[in-house]
Amino acid sequence: MPVALLAVGADAIDVGALAAALTGAAPGSGPSDGALVTFLGVVRDHNQGRRVEHLEYEAYEPLALRVFERIVTEAAGRWPSARLALHHRVGRLAIGETSVAVVAASPHRAEAFAACRYGIERLKQIAPIWKREFFEGGDVWIEGAVADPDDETAREEAYRRACA
Amino acid sequence: MRVTVRLFARLRDLAGAAELIRDVPPGSTVGRVWTDLAGEFPALAPYGRSVSAAVNADYTRMDRAVADGDEVAFLPPVSGG
Repeated sequence: MPVALLAVGADAIDVGALAAALTGAAPGSGPSDGALVTFLGVVRDHNQGRRVEHLEYEAYEPLALRVFERIVTEAAGRWPSARLALHHRVGRLAIGETSVAVVAASPHRAEAFAACRYGIERLKQIAPIWKREFFEGGDVWIEGAVADPDDETAREEAYRRACA
Repeated sequence: MRVTVRLFARLRDLAGAAELIRDVPPGSTVGRVWTDLAGEFPALAPYGRSVSAAVNADYTRMDRAVADGDEVAFLPPVSGG
């Protein structure tokens, strides 16, 4: 069974299966896709001067999936030839594990690169997902963006970065 | 009128509960549910300017009216990726 294009869950991310599902997902896709761009977010061993031991991710899953659908729709509006797949993990992740994958497919590379970058930027702005960092001597919830999907300034910033 | 309040990440830790059932007066908004909650758990109050809200797993504004049986979620700033 092909993997879902949008997912939030505890299972390890299979990037190959995700890419295959994306390029086989639409009629006429696959052979017409000349570009496939993958972004992987990986748990690193340091943050803000601390030695990180592991991370725990939590999500409001039904809302996260709706947000992923929204990101796909936004990206399709900007780059009609590109398609996106988004997976994010929850639960305990060790250093070096993949926490998030964004895959973009398009006939040409410019749209695929842009859509992929837009996908990760928007995910970090508005997906209801949180990481708790466990480091030597303690732990802390990381709090980044105030999530507001209707904030046009944030959306334009994601678009600007995607096209940088 | 009864709503289910859901709290995530640090908000959950501060309140000591992931889910709470609360009675609110008819016509209450999401903002009223938050204000009551921040009164009950003063540690939540500093999040007044940065909290996001969702009703029935859809982002919403604080001035939206809640209905009996709604699931009202409060979300601290996000950090996925």
